[in-house]
Amino acid sequence: MKEFVFAKDGDGFELGSGKRLRAVTLAYETYGKLNKNRDNAILVEHAFSGDSDAASWWKGMIGKGKALDTDRYFIICSNVLGGCRGSTGPSSIDPDTKRPYGLSFPLITIGDMVRAQKKLIEHLGIDRLLSVIGGSMGGMQVLQWVSLYPDSLVSAIPIASTLKHSPQQIAFDEVARQAIMSDPDWRGGDYYGKKAPERGLALARMIGHITYMSDESMEEKFSRTPKEKDKSSYFSSDFQVEGYLRYKGNSFVKRFDANSYLYITKAMDHFDLSGTKLIPLDKNIDVKFLVIAFRSDWLYPPYQSKEIVKVLQGRSIYASYCEINSTYGHDAFLLEVEEQSRLISGFLNQAASKNKEDAAYEI
Amino acid sequence: MRSRIERLDHRIILGLIEQGATVLDLGCGDGSLLKLLAQGKGVMGQGIELDDQEIFRCVEKGVFALHGDLDSGLEQYKDKSFDYVILNQSIQQVRNVEAVISDALRVGKKVIVGVPNFANYRARLQLFFGGRAPVTKTLPYRWFETPNIRSFSLKDFERFCADRGIAIEKAHYLRGLTRVLLMPNLFAESGIFLIKR
Repeated sequence: MKEFVFAKDGDGFELGSGKRLRAVTLAYETYGKLNKNRDNAILVEHAFSGDSDAASWWKGMIGKGKALDTDRYFIICSNVLGGCRGSTGPSSIDPDTKRPYGLSFPLITIGDMVRAQKKLIEHLGIDRLLSVIGGSMGGMQVLQWVSLYPDSLVSAIPIASTLKHSPQQIAFDEVARQAIMSDPDWRGGDYYGKKAPERGLALARMIGHITYMSDESMEEKFSRTPKEKDKSSYFSSDFQVEGYLRYKGNSFVKRFDANSYLYITKAMDHFDLSGTKLIPLDKNIDVKFLVIAFRSDWLYPPYQSKEIVKVLQGRSIYASYCEINSTYGHDAFLLEVEEQSRLISGFLNQAASKNKEDAAYEI
Repeated sequence: MRSRIERLDHRIILGLIEQGATVLDLGCGDGSLLKLLAQGKGVMGQGIELDDQEIFRCVEKGVFALHGDLDSGLEQYKDKSFDYVILNQSIQQVRNVEAVISDALRVGKKVIVGVPNFANYRARLQLFFGGRAPVTKTLPYRWFETPNIRSFSLKDFERFCADRGIAIEKAHYLRGLTRVLLMPNLFAESGIFLIKR
């Protein structure tokens, strides 16, 4: 893991809200090599609970000969601002007080995450990314890149994503936040150095995992298979699905900060690039799109990806869209490697050759 | 459609389109026509296709294709967004033909329509003497498996245009790899029309 620290001196890093952060750290990873023309860089955006270690959580997609081919492309992935996997977030030390921020950390937006990433990209000496790609909240960051820095992109690949959260998505986030905040160990966000609100955070994660699967995928994975019974209580887990959710909840608390959960879900809920906000009417952009959705995804349903496509059609922007016939639900963007690879490698090939033509033109 | 025949209709369509034009191909299949137009005429192309397997083939060959049906796919495009809209061998499978053609004429400055001829003499003979639904090289499906929900002739299509004030600027009639000049509604297996409102 590498670290990039910026806004150490002066006024710090200004957020969309007008508030400022001093000495912002972004934890990031890179794979492959930046070429001489500096035109083979691809920024991978992680989803809500992901981190900069993209080659682990997207193992099937990143590597030699894979869709994001590290022999051809220079792949970058950074932990989001507000996160807890090395980048500045509510669990980081406030340079002014020398104590963890907790709830004194300012509210952040998807826009703030992307503005911070732009600084990292500039630091790496890249003017224009060949592509920016990500699923779920990663897809929102992709769209935010399009809205903020279209001239810095050749192409964009939002996967299983949306222009804005629906009330249903906000509702699930709110239930998760309530689970965390109703845990007495949360202490108004001031739990660092004490017992963390693990029960609340685990419960939030259990709810999350239900929304990431589908009725079909749960049937395939668990059916009603009983679990070896722990006789300690009437209400111990009887079925495999219960054991799975408990396991996922309990392992999540070891790697994730409860306050980051609150801040990042709020950032997602407030994200809204619908209407003309993705591409302002007075701006013409030259970014090619590949939009991907999954049939059984009911958390980010295909209609939300089609909304993105409709905006592109209205602006005569060339794009590909595919609704992949998957049973995995929202998790499909992590699991459907073969289909996604066919689309992404073909699309990137085209984007890279377009890049070459443009370069030849400029000479 | 068989690939040899497809190459003739593709050649004809290639000849109808100017260098550097923008094209929307409705029912673009595996994207081979758009690929040909990009290579041969520097066309910037967008496809729409219902079959997800065809979308994979399009994207793999560098063709832009949107997964969706033609009956609801065009409303977002502004008027005259494309120099040409192509409906090659697709309207016989469309539910709302009138709406799709009128939307194509709205979105494109000109529209190229390729249609099969259900009144080709072979089909007529099979129906008349055999008494059975025709199965020919250009209409290869048996009645219970055909994706075609419209059966019409070249004459029917020309009448359709005339009734709606749609001008047919050019018409090409094909049989296999040759063009048909005489009595196309009897001898041609398909037609390609350049139309305009």
